Amino acid sequence: MKRALVVFAFFAGLLLIWQLAAASGRWSPVLLPPPRAIALYLWESLWDGTLLDAAAVTMKRLLIGYFIGVALGLPLGLLTSTSEHMQDTVGALALGLQTLPSVCWVPLALLWFGQTETAMLFVVVMGTLWSVLLATDTGARNIPPIYARAARTMGSEGVDKWTRVILPASLPYVVSGMKQGWAFAWRSLMAAEIFVTILTGFGLGHLLQYGRELSAMDQVIGVMLVIVFIGLIADKLLFSPWERFLHRRWGTGLK
Amino acid sequence: MTASDVHPPLAPAAKLIVDGVSKWFRTPRAEVHVLDNIDLRIAEGEFVCLVGPSGCGKTTLLDIMAGLTKPDEGLVLADERKVEGPGRHRLVMFQEPALFPWLTAFGNVMFGLKRKPGLSNAERRDIADYHLRLVGLDKFRNVFVHELSGGMRQRIALARSLAPDPRVLLMDEPFAALDAITREQLYGDLQDIWRKRRKTIVFVTHDVREAVFLGDRVFLLSPSPGRVREEFNIALPRPRDLHSPEVAAVVQQITLALRGHLPASQDAAA
Repeated sequence: MKRALVVFAFFAGLLLIWQLAAASGRWSPVLLPPPRAIALYLWESLWDGTLLDAAAVTMKRLLIGYFIGVALGLPLGLLTSTSEHMQDTVGALALGLQTLPSVCWVPLALLWFGQTETAMLFVVVMGTLWSVLLATDTGARNIPPIYARAARTMGSEGVDKWTRVILPASLPYVVSGMKQGWAFAWRSLMAAEIFVTILTGFGLGHLLQYGRELSAMDQVIGVMLVIVFIGLIADKLLFSPWERFLHRRWGTGLK
Repeated sequence: MTASDVHPPLAPAAKLIVDGVSKWFRTPRAEVHVLDNIDLRIAEGEFVCLVGPSGCGKTTLLDIMAGLTKPDEGLVLADERKVEGPGRHRLVMFQEPALFPWLTAFGNVMFGLKRKPGLSNAERRDIADYHLRLVGLDKFRNVFVHELSGGMRQRIALARSLAPDPRVLLMDEPFAALDAITREQLYGDLQDIWRKRRKTIVFVTHDVREAVFLGDRVFLLSPSPGRVREEFNIALPRPRDLHSPEVAAVVQQITLALRGHLPASQDAAA
């Protein structure tokens, strides 16, 4: 209860400072609209559907691209962890490409795929794939060898060993890799949407960019808040259950 | 090529035969001769202890029996078949419990059972529950590994090794990391279980008293390279008492023998 009060007081304080700054008249309302204007924008665009439509377009791109990235990254990471050749080739490639900010894929994606959904998807996959791959690789390498030995004596070989021992044992690494992959994918998609107009779908990034072009600061800030909100929700829905699961099983992070 | 081609039939019902096993560990800088021409013959239902100081290759020998390591020379026969790799007929209990943290106590015991063919899932669950009761941890069925104490973990590991009903149980200093009180409890458990189930057990330890208390026979190994030096039949009646003078007398005899096989510098350590 006391914690909730502190949180409430903090954010109410922020809003109050903002309101006072906007009301002071020192800055043009075009640059610093009062909080009420943003609330109004959010309320209206929520009801006329622009916000939900844009969010739906963005989420669809993100989720599809993300799951493709994870579906490729997990098995590739397991492969690079086992074979020296895979490590020297695919592993090195992943390490190199992971250092490339995923926004840097946007020009290439546009030239290859044009202003299409595929280009967007490609950018998201590239944002996800490498960090998931590397995290899985690290995870599989850090498994205590005794797990694999115990599993072998109990008759676990091949696919069974990979899915029932190696993968669950490397789960703490894999989940943090997936979380990082999600963050990269989210950032790169926003960047791509701001840069590139795609006629087949009008995402949150586009909405943000149009806000700038129309000098509609209420729209810019409103969409930014929505992006933050979606990020938080995704974290809670996608990753918190996994992290709780890990803490409970591994006994980590407990007080 | 079947085992009988390689080896003429030996003493009847020899469950596990180690025949002329030698092993070297080669690193770019050195070559260590770990095991030298080891011969062992272990009968069905026998409890055999391998005793030696650290570095005598006893763990390596156990790994070779398990099929986790390949010998450079010689071979291991289990039920007259050459051991080519690990298998569920020879389960290993390691020094660390090696339980899987993503599974509950029950899930860990089920792990080996699930990989054993010819059982229904209901039977597997019954067997797992039976073994949890056997080690006295049926109340901790749904508890995760990190919530168990060290002794409980080794008990679960014991249940996990026994549940799939292996023909041979290979134990690598399973109680070494436990405190003395817990260890004595587990000795009792193990002795009880062995009397009930009559498993063939190979037990590796550096603790002579542990070996005398548990074993039918004790093999004495000496280091660099690892060799079997002597063999002792422990004719004491069971159940045994760890602190009885009879056990102490045999312990003294073996400890003296062990000292005799050590280089002078290691004398104190033994």
